[in-house]
Amino acid sequence: MHELIEYITSYLGNTTQTPGAAGNFFWATVYILLVFVGLSVAVIAMNWLERKILAHMQVRLGPMRVGPHGLLQPIADALKLLLKEDIIPDGADKLVFWIAPFIVVLAAFTVFVVVPFGPTAAITDMNIGILFMLGVSSLSVLGIVTAGWASNSHYPLIGALRSSAQMVSYEVAMGLAVVSAIMMTSLSDHGTLSMIGIVEAQRADGIWFLFKFFPLGLIAFVIFAIAMVAETNRAPFDLPEAESELTAGFHTEYSGFRWSLFFLAEYSAMIAVSSIAVTLWLGGWLRPFPNALSSPIWDQVFSLVPGATFLFLGGLCFYNTARMPKHPLFRIQTMGLAGFGTLLALIGLVMLVHGVREHVQNVFWFAAKVAAFMYLYIWYRGTFPRYRFDQLMKVGWKVLLPTGLALLILTAAFGMRAEIWQQLQEVLHL
Amino acid sequence: MNPAAPNPPVATPFFFYGLAAVMIIGGILVITRKNAVHSALALITALLAQAGIYLMLYAPFVAGVQIILYAGGIMVLFLFVIMLISIERNMKERQFNKQWLIGMVAAGALGGLFIAVYTTTTKGHVLFPEGRVTYQDMQNTQGVASLLFSQQTGTYMFAFEIASLLLLVAIIGAVVMAKKRI
Repeated sequence: MHELIEYITSYLGNTTQTPGAAGNFFWATVYILLVFVGLSVAVIAMNWLERKILAHMQVRLGPMRVGPHGLLQPIADALKLLLKEDIIPDGADKLVFWIAPFIVVLAAFTVFVVVPFGPTAAITDMNIGILFMLGVSSLSVLGIVTAGWASNSHYPLIGALRSSAQMVSYEVAMGLAVVSAIMMTSLSDHGTLSMIGIVEAQRADGIWFLFKFFPLGLIAFVIFAIAMVAETNRAPFDLPEAESELTAGFHTEYSGFRWSLFFLAEYSAMIAVSSIAVTLWLGGWLRPFPNALSSPIWDQVFSLVPGATFLFLGGLCFYNTARMPKHPLFRIQTMGLAGFGTLLALIGLVMLVHGVREHVQNVFWFAAKVAAFMYLYIWYRGTFPRYRFDQLMKVGWKVLLPTGLALLILTAAFGMRAEIWQQLQEVLHL
Repeated sequence: MNPAAPNPPVATPFFFYGLAAVMIIGGILVITRKNAVHSALALITALLAQAGIYLMLYAPFVAGVQIILYAGGIMVLFLFVIMLISIERNMKERQFNKQWLIGMVAAGALGGLFIAVYTTTTKGHVLFPEGRVTYQDMQNTQGVASLLFSQQTGTYMFAFEIASLLLLVAIIGAVVMAKKRI
């Protein structure tokens, strides 16, 4: 017993290693559970936010009935999905039909093993971190293809074929953009594929890779940002589930719990690719302006931001509580909204406490950057019309791929410019 | 974080026998299933288990590439093609390749070779270098890179390029076969 407690507490003083790297199974398990719960909450929140933001973009109100401003709508949706009948089509390949959603979910969740929420706030740090993320997330296409095939129906099969063609083509452009970012890590110190190492390289360089070798880093980021939308089958590249053509694409025949697994996987895959983009180009957990505003006073100011954000959100809730209709029928809704505002404000106050705020701020900045990407996803869906399939392939193979290749060569040349210049001088003197 | 001190391996026999069993079962399923999609899925399972064995051999880079290329890339294209074939007709038709005799001989020879290697090694003859290759100051990714690109130790660059040329030939062949006019 004493040894067990010692084993558990031995990691607490460790401020340089992730639990996986320190080999502490207890804390690794705790982190896995934390990430899992956090991810599930994020997916639930995304469900509500997407419906709400899309509605406001289209001058509608969106969900308003279940809870104040529809806040409890995701819970109602989840209950509905769990209680729905789970239908397996008659001619379906039962085993493959049953496995497919699990492949997708496993691939979408496993990648979070290496996502660095902070310098030590990751489950583990792998030497091949980014390679692992790309590889495992590329496995999700297997689930989609098998789901489409096993349904024994035409729409899902066409959706699955489109999806696999799209994901395989955009993976190439995505990989090229990632390689150019990895090249940038090798300039200051020895290069690295580890997710934590990439963020550390950006800190050592004093610049986010987005702005490095301007505009090369920016172009790489744009290529990745386009490819990642195609990889996750989201609008405007949502051809695999284009509802006007294919009903619901590869998951047409799925219902209930299995369908919700696809839903869960889609949103966690979105979060996963967003966190790759944040890690590679936006400085991961680093706060904005780590160099220009680097004095201890600014450190203090920025460490107050997480708490202040939550206090602001709580304040918004209270403002809307005051604006609720005064009719007695709305009393419970008003109380619910006030309770939610109090919860947000309490979280904000806890985050302001000295000692807590130093630990929270890394995760906060990472989550805030990922949240910006999630908002972009919704924004794309609200604004862009869907691409035609040949246009999609054209963009992937004829625009992004050549740009990516040129970018790779330019990045390498720019990084080696001193050596190239030296060689050139030697040649010219001879 | 510290590349010089990897974690000591945990429960090595357990993981090895587990992964090896998955690989063997997957391999057997690949050749016994009549449904080509099931075969492909079994092959993917076997390839993933192989990636796990690479990890156990302290070769994470090779494991990652295995997952990306074989399980993620090539097998997806495999499935892509297989799904366009009518499975029902395929299942009804009699299998007509009569190569099981040659196959058995080849498999038996390979098995015999493995057994021979195992027995000679345990008798004291050394067929393989002792112990595993360790990277003192670098890890697998860097090790692969220095074997390929370093000016002192980079001896595999040529072989690597030749292999990629082979793939290029295959791609051009596919284009020639698919297109009537080029």
